[in-house]
Amino acid sequence: MDKNISDRPLLEVKHLKQYFDINISLFKSKPLKAVDDVSFDIKKTETLGLVGESGCGKTTVGRTILHLYKPTAGEIIYNGKPIVSASDIAGFRKKAAMVFQDPYSSLNPRMTVSDIIGEPLDVHKLYSKKEERRDRILELMDHVGLNSEHASRYAHEFSGGQRQRIGIARALAVNPEFIVCDEPVSALDVSIQAQVINMFDELQDKLGLTYLFIAHNLLVVRHISDRIAVMYLGKIVELADAAEIYDHPLHPYSKALMSAVPQPDPQIARANKRIVLSGDIPSPLNAPSGCAFRTRCPYATAQCAQELPELKEASPGHLVACHRVSEIN
Amino acid sequence: MALLEVKNLQTSFFTNAGEVRAVNGVSFNLDRGKVLGIVGESGSGKSVTAYSIMQILAPTGKIVDGSIKFDGQELVGSGENVMKNIRGNRISIIFQDPMTSLNPTYTIGHQLMEAILLHTNRNKKQAYERAVEMLRLVNVNEPVKRMKQYPYEFSGGMRQRVVIAMALACEPDILIADEPTTALDVTIQAQILDLMSSLQKELGMAIILITHDLGVVAQMCDEVIVMYAGSICEQGTTDEIFYRPAHEYTKGLMRSIPTANTAGKKLHPITGTPIDLLNMPKGCPFAPRCERAMKICLNQRAERYDLEGPHQAACWMNLKNAVESGVTRIEPLKDNTKEV
Repeated sequence: MDKNISDRPLLEVKHLKQYFDINISLFKSKPLKAVDDVSFDIKKTETLGLVGESGCGKTTVGRTILHLYKPTAGEIIYNGKPIVSASDIAGFRKKAAMVFQDPYSSLNPRMTVSDIIGEPLDVHKLYSKKEERRDRILELMDHVGLNSEHASRYAHEFSGGQRQRIGIARALAVNPEFIVCDEPVSALDVSIQAQVINMFDELQDKLGLTYLFIAHNLLVVRHISDRIAVMYLGKIVELADAAEIYDHPLHPYSKALMSAVPQPDPQIARANKRIVLSGDIPSPLNAPSGCAFRTRCPYATAQCAQELPELKEASPGHLVACHRVSEIN
Repeated sequence: MALLEVKNLQTSFFTNAGEVRAVNGVSFNLDRGKVLGIVGESGSGKSVTAYSIMQILAPTGKIVDGSIKFDGQELVGSGENVMKNIRGNRISIIFQDPMTSLNPTYTIGHQLMEAILLHTNRNKKQAYERAVEMLRLVNVNEPVKRMKQYPYEFSGGMRQRVVIAMALACEPDILIADEPTTALDVTIQAQILDLMSSLQKELGMAIILITHDLGVVAQMCDEVIVMYAGSICEQGTTDEIFYRPAHEYTKGLMRSIPTANTAGKKLHPITGTPIDLLNMPKGCPFAPRCERAMKICLNQRAERYDLEGPHQAACWMNLKNAVESGVTRIEPLKDNTKEV
C-alpha cells in the first residue's frame, strides 16, 4: 500500500447540504434536512469511517457525493476539481463507485454474474473487443475470490457473502480510485463478515483504493478505518483518528455511542459502565434548535438551545462540535 | 428439576425440495431465573428451536422427534388447547421486528389488554389498569395517552418496549427473545438490554436470548449454547465459552470478530460458505469449513463430551475424551480448507 498518503486530499466535501421536500399536508411541504452543512476530506488510500444511527444522514452523504442526489448546496471537490457540470459527473463516476448494503436487492435477479459485473464496462464503453470484456470480467471475479465457472450463474444461486463479492466486483469494474461502501457487511453473518472485511483491506493494498466506509457497527468501523466521523441528525459532531475517537471520545453523543457497543468479552461487558441515553432521536423534520443533540444530552444548558455549536479542533486532528467540550472532559 | 427440559428435539420442514432438518437433536435444560443465550449464524436452527418450544412453526414444519418438558409437563403432542394456555401466559416470545409483531389497525391499549383478558380473570377495567402499569414498567412516557395511540405513532425502540410489556403482562416463567435488538440502533439497544436485565431481576423469570451478536451474549447471559447446522456444537457458562472455547466453530467465531485490538491487522475469518441444509455432510457439519478437520470428522459426528467446568462440546479435537469413548485412530487430513 502506498503509505505516503499525500497531504492533498483526494475528495473534499465542503458545506454539503441535502434537503428533501416532504409533503406535510396537501399543499404544503417542508424541507427535511437529511444532511445539513457537512464538511470533511478524504486523503488518497485513506479509509474514512462514517457512523451514526438510522436517520442521521450517513447514507445520504454517500449518495450525494456520487451525485445520485443533486446536492442542495455545497461543493464536492475531487482531485482539486469541483464537480459541477454533467460531464464532470460522468467523468467522476468512472473514478468512483459504490457498494450497497443489501446483497439481495442490489443485484438484478434476471442477469447473470458476468452481465452484472460487465454492465459498468458497457455503460462506460471500457472495452473494444468482446474478448477484452470477458477477460476483464474474469479478472475482476478473481480479485474478489470467485471462480470463473460462476460467471454464467444467477445471483440467487449464491450465498449472502458471495453476492457481496459480486457487488464488489461490479464496483471495481470501472477501475475506481474511490469507493463509497454503504453498510457493506451488516447483512452478513459474523464468520462471513470477516472474509469480506479482509477483502476490502486486501483490495485497498493491491489497487490503492480510497474508501468512505459507512456503517453502524462500531467494532467493524474501528477495525477498518483510519479516521472516523460521527454523525447525528444530519451533522458531523466529531471527527478524529479511529483509535483516538474510540478510546477518547469528546462529544457526549460519541461517548454514549462508544460505551453502548456490546463488547464480545464477558468481563469487559460486565465492568463496562454504559452511558444509557434517555429518549429517541428527534425527527429530522422537527430538529431541535441550537445543538441537535441537546434534547438527549445530560450536559445541555440554555446556550445549547440557542446557538449551533461549530465543528472546531479540540486537539490537532480531533474535531468536535460541542459548546461544553472543555468543561465536560 | 429444571424449568424447561429439551431432549433430542428434531424439527424438520417438508419442502418441495425435500426434508430440511432445521433442528437435529437439540438437548438443553433451563433453570428458573437464568439467562440462556443461543448463538449461531442464519440457518443454524436457533429460531426454529424457539418456535418449536412455542409450537408456532410454519405449516410445513413439524416436530419429528424429541421431548420438551415445561415445569414437568410434556409439550410435544400436547395439543393446541394446552399450548394456548401456555403461550403468552407462562412462556412469552418477542420477535426481532417490533413493527410486524404489532397489529397496525388496533391501539396499543387494545393489544396490551388482549393478552391480559385472555389469560387472567381480570375484568376490563382491571386489565386497563394492568396495561397502564406495564407501560410504566417498561418506561413508556405518558402511558395513559399512549394507550390510545397506534403502533405507527411509536418509534422503533418504543414499539419494542410495548412488545416487551405485552410479553410480560402475565408474568411468564420464561421469556424467549428472538433477536430483540437486532433492528434497533446501538444506543436504543443499550436501553432495551438494560430494561430486559432489570425486569428479569425484578420478576425472576428465565430468558432464552437468541442472537448472533456475541457482544450482547457476553453482556446478558449466564449460559450459552452455540448452534451450527441444526445441532448444538458447544454449551457452557458464558465465561467458559468466551475464554475457553472448545469447538473449532466457536473458536473461529471468536477469532473473526473485529475488536479494538485487531485494528490494522488481518481478521481471521472462517473460510467457506454456510452449510446447505438440504445437502448435509455425513460427519461433523462444520468439517468442510474447519481448519483442523481430520478424516474422522468427515465420516463420524462427535458426541457431546463433558469438559472441565460446566462445559460440553461436540468436537473430536477434545481428543482425550474421544479416545476414552473408543475412537482409537484419528488421522490428520491434508488440505480440505479451500475457500469456496
